[in-house]
Amino acid sequence: MKRFIGFIKKEFYHIFRDRRSLFILFGMPIAQILLFGFAITNEINNVDIAILDHSKDATTKEIINKISASKYFSIKQIIEKEADIESVFQKGHVKAVLNFEKDFSKNLIKDNKATVQIITDATDPNTANTISNYVNAILQQYQKDVNKDITIVYQIIPETRMVYNPELKSVYMFVPGVMTIILMLVSAMMTSISITREKELGTMEILLVSPLKPFQVIIGKVFPYIFLSIINAVVIVMLSIFIFKMPVEGSLFLLALESILFIISALALGILISTISATQQTAMMISLMGLMLPVILLSGFIFPISSMPLPLQVISNIIPAKWFIIIIKGIMLKGVGIQFIWKETLILLGMTVLFIALSVKKYKIRLE
Amino acid sequence: MNNNKVIQVEGLTKMFGDFTAVNAITFDVEKGEIFGFLGANGAGKTTAMKMLIGISNPTSGNANVAGFDVFTNAEDIKKNIGYMSQKFALYDDLTVRENITFFGGIYGLSRKRIKEKSDALIEELGLQNVANKLVGALPLGWKQKLSFSVSLIHDPKIVFLDEPTGGVDPITRRQFWELIYKAANQGTTVFVTTHYMDEAEYCDRVSIMVNGKIEALDTPKKLKEQFKAENMNDVFLKLARG
Repeated sequence: MKRFIGFIKKEFYHIFRDRRSLFILFGMPIAQILLFGFAITNEINNVDIAILDHSKDATTKEIINKISASKYFSIKQIIEKEADIESVFQKGHVKAVLNFEKDFSKNLIKDNKATVQIITDATDPNTANTISNYVNAILQQYQKDVNKDITIVYQIIPETRMVYNPELKSVYMFVPGVMTIILMLVSAMMTSISITREKELGTMEILLVSPLKPFQVIIGKVFPYIFLSIINAVVIVMLSIFIFKMPVEGSLFLLALESILFIISALALGILISTISATQQTAMMISLMGLMLPVILLSGFIFPISSMPLPLQVISNIIPAKWFIIIIKGIMLKGVGIQFIWKETLILLGMTVLFIALSVKKYKIRLE
Repeated sequence: MNNNKVIQVEGLTKMFGDFTAVNAITFDVEKGEIFGFLGANGAGKTTAMKMLIGISNPTSGNANVAGFDVFTNAEDIKKNIGYMSQKFALYDDLTVRENITFFGGIYGLSRKRIKEKSDALIEELGLQNVANKLVGALPLGWKQKLSFSVSLIHDPKIVFLDEPTGGVDPITRRQFWELIYKAANQGTTVFVTTHYMDEAEYCDRVSIMVNGKIEALDTPKKLKEQFKAENMNDVFLKLARG
């Protein structure tokens, strides 16, 4: 145990005396989360919209007034027929069109429901989603106001249709993605570099000739990074809660456990990379190309997996980050418990065990 | 077994696939001896040494190091030997004192013992002024002397040196050999590989490896007589040319 503590102390000296690794460890997470947070904002102001009102009655007038009175929207154009919807979008004048059905008031009174279609330009999926949410909010407020003094409950059903990007799955859930990237970077890349560094310097040989057992050396090397990765995860969650008011709906405890599982799988990958690369440069290149790129491109962080070509969808299944993103999105955004994500957790656990087994095996072969 | 023999090797062989890197070598090393292990690059010196220090498994043969068998008790061997590799192997981003403390720690020395050892070692090498400076800032010769002293920190029975004086000037090499003599006088057995034939002259006995086999083994004086050579360099050339 005492040997172990001495070893870990030495690892921390390495980390804290190297400005590059300090920057990657602490500068990067904060910079990334702030960049993503401020670049992808969900605030909208004075968005130009068009109205297609088939009924032109008192109710639709009132709703239109409410919408144009809000600071979020300004009505740029009133159009008269369905065919014009396409052309206003193509000219790029407006971001959304509200399409009130015929006999809106009448339907509302007769059937207790009426339909307004919100058509948004989803070339910018983030804005499209936000617009539709805001319109919904205004409509709901209107419903409440009306129902206050009328006993019959009217129902206005907003029907949202996204055009140009019907999936709309890549929206602003940046925190899970950034967290995944950072944990992958810190755990896999930093450990593989720090282990190959010892190989390059020749100190690994000295350590192997010492009474320390190989697994003690490896655990000693990765332990500081487990610790630092956990700190990083905490910092990211704190930043997103306090600066971006991002809700964490589910259990923080579960989130922590899942994050630790992912960190361990990334560390095992890091060890695996260090066994196949002789120099720090190689380790870094393999980490970047083999881990970071797939995490960014194939994990569903930026590009929705469901809209990828089939072969890529299949490949995405072997990327641990994909499962971790599903898990933390579930916990953070939907507030689900383990009963909804046990399958993903099991897959991640299986991968982790596999990576550990592989790296132990590889490591032993190297010692021969 | 004879208690004076700290290394006993018999028919030790290492194969990599079809290639025989070390071919049935047999030799003994006595306690307190400075044993030179010579050979051209690729002759199998490093492979043989790796088997003796327990980081490479022999294919066949027997070897006993510091009283322990390399096949069954490699872990016990590790506690009783020191090792300095041909690559300089201290941490550049740790200070002199931190390096000593770290290596003392992994050999399980107590904190008090580490403190005593560090003070003695720093004093002996004249490093008082740089004890708290990063090792990376020291000249190579100093680093190598420090590295050697660190490999002796746990008072091992045998110290293995793999080309310890590569790339340093003759004066520093001379000083380095003084350290080796000192260790040997205190009873530590020194097993050293080298390229420098003048260094071979400093050894009590030398073995010369050619293509995985030990072709000659004796004191430098007797080897020179045997091969009718002026110096060890000629002995080596005669052997290596076959």
